[in-house]
Amino acid sequence: MSAPPREQWPLWEVFLRSRNGLHHQHVGSVHAVDAEMAIENARDVYTRRGEAVSIWVVPSATIVASDPADKDELFDPALSKIYRHPTFYEVPDGVANI
Amino acid sequence: MYSQALDEREDGAPEARNERFEARVAAEEKVEPNDWMPDAYRRTLIRQVSQHAHSEIIGMQPEGNWITRAPSLRRKAILLAKVQDEAGHGLYLYAAAETLGITREELVEQLLDGHAKYSSIFNYPTLTWADMGAIGWLVDGAAIMNQIPLCRCSYGPYARAMVRICKEESFHQRQGFEIMTTLSRGTPEQKAMAQDALDRWWWPSLMMFGPHDSESVHSDTSIRWKIKRFSNDELRQKFVDVTVPQAEFLGLRVPDESLRFDAATGHHVFGEPDWDEFRAVLRGEGPCNRQRLEHRRSAHDDGAWVREAAAAHAEKKARRVA
Repeated sequence: MSAPPREQWPLWEVFLRSRNGLHHQHVGSVHAVDAEMAIENARDVYTRRGEAVSIWVVPSATIVASDPADKDELFDPALSKIYRHPTFYEVPDGVANI
Repeated sequence: MYSQALDEREDGAPEARNERFEARVAAEEKVEPNDWMPDAYRRTLIRQVSQHAHSEIIGMQPEGNWITRAPSLRRKAILLAKVQDEAGHGLYLYAAAETLGITREELVEQLLDGHAKYSSIFNYPTLTWADMGAIGWLVDGAAIMNQIPLCRCSYGPYARAMVRICKEESFHQRQGFEIMTTLSRGTPEQKAMAQDALDRWWWPSLMMFGPHDSESVHSDTSIRWKIKRFSNDELRQKFVDVTVPQAEFLGLRVPDESLRFDAATGHHVFGEPDWDEFRAVLRGEGPCNRQRLEHRRSAHDDGAWVREAAAAHAEKKARRVA
């Protein structure tokens, strides 16, 4: 194939809501020229077995992500604050419904 | 997103980075697209994931060959769904490969210009309807054996794609076994057809696991990087051990004179595949290599107008909005 490399079709991230009441969840990505085609492609690629009641597609280029290199400074501070979890607290024997 | 932003920040000396990476992988932490990874790890994954994707795409052809001639509407609908799944698997995998910083266009180009490899099994012809049964039962069975450990692969996007694929493969294998069961309980002619398919697909299926461990080029590093969990020979043994009793259930004979069950080890002892044939098929000299690639190329070329029309339509719509 000697054809010049074609321009990439934009990449879209696909999110599915699997049942009413649940969050949309990221499942993967598709290439498509526009939003309508992205929905159609996402339907064919990711919902062949009733995996969804709703699809979101988001242009991948618009997603802003945290940098893996910042992982420690972003998330470590939460690790020391174990008092944010209910299991940190001791409930005296004999106390119910708390 | 995944395919961009690969210019990760790099802290520390290269050796220290490498050590941290090895330690993370050894601790079963997943590697994600924007994490730092050694170039060799990235290259190995691009090679493996793209070969896997190409195999799914080329793998549509041997079965596509029988869609119009399926013996009933039920079989036809099932086969159509299965071939559509293979296309889906190819797309999941191309998307996973793209997260490593290669474009879809480059991947497609590598397949079409003939320098990318794909599984040797798809270069064998599908001569009868029974081949649809044998492929589902044996080829998809061998694929599942290979793929289940890949669900735990250290590279996150590949592992997640494999989870999805494995769920769908199990339908593929069962529909194949159902075809084999029906044929082997049918007329003597039908049973002979099932036997003939087993005879032709058995050895190529064993070759799907790749060369012996002693001759496998990439094995050690891939196992250390937790891309691969079991060796080629281990998986091949496992496949033979589970498949032989299934052949017995069907009343079919596995075409291997030296096959026997060794009660002491609990495993089957089996013969050597024809490794010269394996290498020839990989070199492009299998029965259908040329046909498969030519077909893929012409399908790609025939679809060009659709891609162009879609791009033109999107451009027109964007202009109207502007």
